[in-house]
Amino acid sequence: MDIKVNIREARGHAYVVELSGEIDVYTSPKVKDAITELIDQGHYNLVINLEKVRYIDSTGLGVLIGGLKRVREHGGSVNLVCTNPQIRKIFDITGLVKIFGIFDDEESAMKALV
Amino acid sequence: MHERTAGTVELRIPCRAEWVAVARLAVAAVAHRLNFSIEDIEDIKLAVAEACTNCILHATGSQQIEITCETHEDGLTVHVRDFGSGAAVENIRSAVHAEPQVGGLGVFLIRSLMDSVNYDVDPKRGTSLVMTKKVYD
Repeated sequence: MDIKVNIREARGHAYVVELSGEIDVYTSPKVKDAITELIDQGHYNLVINLEKVRYIDSTGLGVLIGGLKRVREHGGSVNLVCTNPQIRKIFDITGLVKIFGIFDDEESAMKALV
Repeated sequence: MHERTAGTVELRIPCRAEWVAVARLAVAAVAHRLNFSIEDIEDIKLAVAEACTNCILHATGSQQIEITCETHEDGLTVHVRDFGSGAAVENIRSAVHAEPQVGGLGVFLIRSLMDSVNYDVDPKRGTSLVMTKKVYD
């Protein structure tokens, strides 16, 4: 079980964090470190692509929430790309659909960034 | 279709993060044996993983987590037990509020995904969680 993190710069100073694998109590620190490093470098508009994520638990959600809170302090935002119905369900149950912008593809998520 | 029979499957894992995946995959295999839907199996996997995660994060001093699956005609009962000094189950959130919090969603998810959930917190013996999911044909 592992998580792969791929970070690339997109247009308009936004960054895409592409995750693939499973995000749980073991792997979420790696995701947290990657997002924290981006924010520490001054990048506050992020698209986090979860299309290749097969599983996420509450620690993974916590990392996403933590990242969102930090970028908001700088006037930025985090949009998510998520097409996996099981993961969408977790965002629905927890009410995080009201907190994050969640999109079906990266292009839409990029356009909707502040 | 597997025949749905009563039985018990027991698993002990070290109380460490790298072992949670083993617990959730083992319980998923048991749930598959009971002909749960794919969606229900995912729910059970997440609930078990959240329970184990709570043990790891909150059960001070516990070296092991004990997971027991009891299969029955109606579905699956999973016991998750640690041997630490107790988790703060009272910090259960009912929903995400206007200001999102970084932690505390685990128990809320367990209660949302399973049909019944009962906690027994004893500072001397550890925390025991019993959760049930019914299977529908």
